[in-house]
Amino acid sequence: MGIDFIIAAIITVVGLATPILLAGLGELVVEKSGVLNLGVEGMMLVGAISGFAVTVYTFNPWFGVLGAAAGGALASLLFGVLVLQLNSNQVATGLALTIFGTGISSLMGLSFTGRIVVPFLSVFPDALAKHEYLQLIFGYSPIVYFALIMVPLTTWFLKSTRAGLILRAVGENDLSAHSIGYSVIKVRYAAIAFGGAMAGIGGCYFSMVITPMWAEKMTAGRGWIALALVVFAGWRTGRLLAGAYFFGILMALELYAKASGFSFLPSQFWAAMPYAMTVVALSFISSRGSAGANAPACLGKPFLPST
Amino acid sequence: MRLKLEKRREPSLAMLVATPIASVILTMLIGIVVFDLLGIKGFKAVVDIFLSPLLASYKWQDVALKAAPLIIIALGLSMGNRAQVWNIGAEGQYVIGALCSAGMGMALGQSGGFLVVLLMIAAGVVGGGLWAAVPAWLRTKYNVNEILSSLMLTYVSFQVLGYLVGGPWKDPNGRNFPATAPLADAQTLPVWPESTVHLGVLVALILPFVFWVIMARSEFGYQVRVVGSSATAARHGGFDSKRTIWATMIIGGAMAGLAGGLEFLGVLHKIDLGFASGYGFTAIIVAFLGRLNPFGCLIAGIVLAVTYVGGQMAQSSVHIPNSTAGIFQAMMLFFILASDILVRYRIRVIPSAKAAGV
Amino acid sequence: MTMISRRTLFKGAGAATLATLASPALAEDKVKVGFIFLGPIGDYGWTWAHNKGREAIEAELGDKVETIYVENVAEDASAIPVLRDLAQQGCKLIFTTSYGYMDQTVQVAGEFPDVKFEHCTGFKRADNVSTYNSKFHEGRAVLGTIAGKMSKSGVMGYLGSYKVPEVVLGVNAFALAAQKQNPAAVVKLVLIDSWFDPPKEAAATETLINLGCDIVTTHTDSPGPLQILEQKGLHGFGQGADMSAFAPNAHLTAIEDIWGPYYVERTKALLDGTWASIDTWDGFKEGTVMIAPYSKDVPADVAALADGVQAGYKDGSYDIFTGPIYDQDGALKVKEGEVMALGDLAVMDWFVKGVESAS
Repeated sequence: MGIDFIIAAIITVVGLATPILLAGLGELVVEKSGVLNLGVEGMMLVGAISGFAVTVYTFNPWFGVLGAAAGGALASLLFGVLVLQLNSNQVATGLALTIFGTGISSLMGLSFTGRIVVPFLSVFPDALAKHEYLQLIFGYSPIVYFALIMVPLTTWFLKSTRAGLILRAVGENDLSAHSIGYSVIKVRYAAIAFGGAMAGIGGCYFSMVITPMWAEKMTAGRGWIALALVVFAGWRTGRLLAGAYFFGILMALELYAKASGFSFLPSQFWAAMPYAMTVVALSFISSRGSAGANAPACLGKPFLPST
Repeated sequence: MRLKLEKRREPSLAMLVATPIASVILTMLIGIVVFDLLGIKGFKAVVDIFLSPLLASYKWQDVALKAAPLIIIALGLSMGNRAQVWNIGAEGQYVIGALCSAGMGMALGQSGGFLVVLLMIAAGVVGGGLWAAVPAWLRTKYNVNEILSSLMLTYVSFQVLGYLVGGPWKDPNGRNFPATAPLADAQTLPVWPESTVHLGVLVALILPFVFWVIMARSEFGYQVRVVGSSATAARHGGFDSKRTIWATMIIGGAMAGLAGGLEFLGVLHKIDLGFASGYGFTAIIVAFLGRLNPFGCLIAGIVLAVTYVGGQMAQSSVHIPNSTAGIFQAMMLFFILASDILVRYRIRVIPSAKAAGV
Repeated sequence: MTMISRRTLFKGAGAATLATLASPALAEDKVKVGFIFLGPIGDYGWTWAHNKGREAIEAELGDKVETIYVENVAEDASAIPVLRDLAQQGCKLIFTTSYGYMDQTVQVAGEFPDVKFEHCTGFKRADNVSTYNSKFHEGRAVLGTIAGKMSKSGVMGYLGSYKVPEVVLGVNAFALAAQKQNPAAVVKLVLIDSWFDPPKEAAATETLINLGCDIVTTHTDSPGPLQILEQKGLHGFGQGADMSAFAPNAHLTAIEDIWGPYYVERTKALLDGTWASIDTWDGFKEGTVMIAPYSKDVPADVAALADGVQAGYKDGSYDIFTGPIYDQDGALKVKEGEVMALGDLAVMDWFVKGVESAS
């Protein structure tokens, strides 16, 4: 079990963690603004097929990623209009988005079965990207680096910028924010669109990097893990990063256990771990009520100004 | 000129009834247009999806079989939703309920008969209720949002399913395919002669009446509605919201477990990895489409079942992909959620200040 | 003022709908043959191969026969109404192309006694239900031969779905053949509990590679594993169809499922009334298993060995399941010189020595 083994294992974990990190980061911002969007799985699938389709037609994976972000954002706006303008129930609307996104991506993907694109791998020169040790740093798809950069960027945005402060205020007390003069609706629209774009990019990681092809429902439920991740992280970005990699390790453990012939714990145990751990984390977070590690006070509630 | 939303004094009953109908019709119209754009015969496709199952009497059985679990689960969910308790984990409670039914059947050996089947159904009810009790406990004790906890437990339930049917409960004569041994005839639900309609369909037809009586006429139903409208009102009424949360979550889980048990005993007769077919999530749509009203759930369940069955028919007749059924269901839900606002608000046209010469 | 009264409108609508429903029955000149598929016909794998078989029927018997197919039919109760629909639309012969349709096929067959059913890879029959299967494991023996010779590490990966006989036979045949070339060959098996899950297949492939496998063969339906192998500059095999388009360098060869001749034969039997319920398990000899062309990376001597295995199966002189065969605990399960009977192969649930598995 030398260094090579560890490096290869880490690379697999990075691949497993990146999509949920992206979608999770997006959803974290959405929830910080007070909106619960359960449609992550649907948005990821729309992003996956959008990114794939754009890459097929333009032969350019960078456009593909943009296309994925656009697809995810568009899908999220469907949710946004219903929830923000028409005050529809967020839980039901999010679920409808998931079902819709799954169906529409399948429909869009029909003409793409059997096609492949060149995988969107590292843009660094082979000497670095394929180097025995340096590949640990340089061997990843640009999407991975994007995800990692977005973590501190999002943290900075939420903590240190005025816009981020407003967003958090909207999430904690929308009526007060409204009375001070901030447009709750505009802020939430922006957050929702951001969440959609990130979920879309997370989705295209499946269709452009892991297995550069399209298959129906290819995100295989990772959108739900991303939702769990946001809660598990207590709505904090640093914990989200750690949580994404933790979940990634759990997923990899399942496969390594199987491939090594270990059967003392059933594989379903590992597969259930991310969800079970989230429930446990939820209990700790929700009961202690410490500021910052709690759900945004307005999460899931419609914005109903009296004026 | 602006559109202003003016809150109605009372939710409009006309809108309550009209909006679901309008949603379905609007979905059909959009479907025709979209299909035509895709090069598929739009009108025929939509007719196949929405109408053919109703017009072809041999399809009524399929509609009934699909509608029954949807109605049963939606009844439980709608009661919870009236109390502002959001059980998203019905799919998991459905699975666990079925597994408990199967377990009870195995525990009782090869015996069959009325009592055994009743016990197996009861096991399903209890199993589903217990699985829902976890989010209830987490909400009342630790203030954990039940949307998230019940959803997480759904995914845990899938792993429990995978473990049991792939391991200890795997059919020894099934060539290692992960599935339970098929039920002996004596352990299945009776069916209407010359059909596949099982007893569960009758249960689905009767339960709406039961739920209506409870919600409209009993003290418990009143309690649920008061707790749902506001916590302060609940306190003033002397109602313990925690008790209500427990009760409605467990009832929701029990109904989902009942549906799972009935599906196992009446239709599938075995449990395999594909058992969780999405009824628990679709039932959420049914509850909304049915406006959280027991009879609304009955009708909405039938409507959604029709789209399922019709979607399958349309696959072989007009060659639309099976993903279409999901798109239609989502569209209907979108429309009804969007039109919700018309129930609570009236749209007023306000002429602009300029036009009024101010 | 419109002249159409409500009554005529309803009558018209009713008649139109009845006509829509009735029209399938009116066009009765051609015999209808139905198919239900697990995946999309464009999957370039399992379903694609079955669809090619369907096209063979249309090519040869198109003047007498019309085929209908439904894709993406899940292996659960929802298959039942689909099968009933096909029967009610007038299909006289229906092919159900996956193991998970077994009970549904038998149930619907009971409701439509004069419709014939053909169930692939199952074992339950009835008067109007036949079963058919392909000796995929013969193809695995060819792949194992190639892998045994070409693997430098001596460790090979095998990606499977469930521990069903088809997969067990596949792993065992692969391992035994590899060991004939390299007695120390080891096969690591990972079962991912699904026939089709591209990201999980990809992650499992990466895991196998990291644990020392330099050749991975897949017994799941997506080309995902091959794409990973291509990225890493390693080799593997395609499943169900030639998947070289997905991985031009990694793809050494593939097992191709050739269902056409069987499908045509059974349709002909239906047409001339000689159809009877049988169980068919064909292989190289009958042409249901074929090996895709070898890629340029397969050296000539290895190709010759592989060809030898194929030829041996075709003339009956070769059977990979010939003793001595030991199980994972080292016990002798098949004596030297003894050939395992088809009946034992059909229910095989133990792995041979050299297979490392978690169950």
